[in-house]
Amino acid sequence: MRPDELFLAASELIALALLSAAFLLTVYRVVRGPTLPDRILGLDMLVAAAIGFIAVIGIRTGYTLYVDIAIALGLVGFLATVAFARFVLARGKTEGVLPPGREREVRDRT
Amino acid sequence: MIEILSNYLTGALLIIGSAFAVVAAIGINRLPDVYSRMHAASKAGTLGSGVMLIALAIYAQDTGTTLRALAGVVFFLLTAPISSHLLAKAAYAVGYPMWKGTVLDEMPPDSRIGADD
Repeated sequence: MRPDELFLAASELIALALLSAAFLLTVYRVVRGPTLPDRILGLDMLVAAAIGFIAVIGIRTGYTLYVDIAIALGLVGFLATVAFARFVLARGKTEGVLPPGREREVRDRT
Repeated sequence: MIEILSNYLTGALLIIGSAFAVVAAIGINRLPDVYSRMHAASKAGTLGSGVMLIALAIYAQDTGTTLRALAGVVFFLLTAPISSHLLAKAAYAVGYPMWKGTVLDEMPPDSRIGADD
């Protein structure tokens, strides 16, 4: 195996490992919250990580039809984030509502 | 020769893009409120996936795949600011709290035009 092919194979593995770490960290934020916009932001970031996975798999297998899937996934992610933002706006604030004097707990929870 | 060069460039871009994705994920976990987390997710996250798609565009040998990958990058760069601006605007309008160390809130409720002063 030529050194450049070796380098490419090693970088694919490193990229997959780093993307997995990013994916798991983002899943942790989605699960933890604490508010709905945080979770929507985490889902948006998950779509970005999935697009990165698709790019690496497309290079690794040489099956470049995956680019179309990446574009479609980006479109779906954009529309989902926009729809969730409209939902946040329509729903109003229903979480983190505490009696007076306890708002500080919500603000301090990061 | 050109294949050797494209292999090295593709590998380097893959590592750079996934490093940006990791930085975005760390930022999402470490930053204090939803408005500052949006910086990490929409800037570093978009740059990460965009750089990895550019790596795919360089690696692909035919023109169609390269053009589609570049069109995807342009599409993500166009839509990511729109979606995260909309999300930030919705969260701010609904009244999700900012971090207590925030130094500037340019739209507090009593500063709008026409408000009683």
